Amino acid sequence: MHLTPVGLEHYLMVSAVLFCLGALGVIMRRNLIVMYMSLELMLNAANLALVAFSRFNNSLNGQVMVFFIITVAAAEVAVGLALIVALYRKRQTAHVEDLTSMKL
Amino acid sequence: MAIQDLFFYLFAALTLLCAFLVVANPFTRNPVTSAMFLVLAIISMAGLFVLLHAFFLAAVQVLVYAGAVMVLFLFVIMLLDLKEEVRRHYKTFGVVTGLLSVGALAAIAVRAIWTSGVGAGLQPQAEGATRPLGKLLFTQYLLPFEIVSVLLLVAMVGVVLLSKKDLK
Repeated sequence: MHLTPVGLEHYLMVSAVLFCLGALGVIMRRNLIVMYMSLELMLNAANLALVAFSRFNNSLNGQVMVFFIITVAAAEVAVGLALIVALYRKRQTAHVEDLTSMKL
Repeated sequence: MAIQDLFFYLFAALTLLCAFLVVANPFTRNPVTSAMFLVLAIISMAGLFVLLHAFFLAAVQVLVYAGAVMVLFLFVIMLLDLKEEVRRHYKTFGVVTGLLSVGALAAIAVRAIWTSGVGAGLQPQAEGATRPLGKLLFTQYLLPFEIVSVLLLVAMVGVVLLSKKDLK
């Protein structure tokens, strides 16, 4: 078996495919919570790309950025899930196709 | 082939497989299964971080994502009654258009990365140990660090307010 030594491209490739899987989840799934998990996957893909760039360009700034992204993502998840719970209390659903009250 | 490369392929395959099972599990559509596979995907991504010598971030990834964030997700899934989700079907139009657009995006991205030669001549150098990262965080990035702590406080207050029973 012959495989080229792992470089920056390999990590970026994994990150790109992961991002696309997350996007697929957001488009395809109709459950708010699963869509939210797919969003987390997309954020993680960006994190992986940043860490790979940081490692191969010998600069730690990318990793500091990832640190901030993780923190903000945690805050965002807390607020988003609280919104979903509040929505569920009002409408008894977490399914985007049932939430059409703003449709004309 | 070096042992690191072997581990890279192992963790990359594991990450992508688990991510796929989060999004489109062919056996069940239960959100709890999705959440569990998301935990696996995040942990194998922490393995990739270790391979990139970002040890601190790998630990933070496991603690914050696989620990705190996923516990939040599971709590909310338990609070909501999501049995109905399992009975719903995918819309064919949504699946086809989603697969088409995302497949095109993936093809463009992978091909662009492969042909650009972005990693040519670059050697892996940076070491993401705790000490240099902390030094950077408390000197050059001190202001963003403090702003993020305020942001966490704002999020906490907001969540407490949103979760009150009688939302005024």
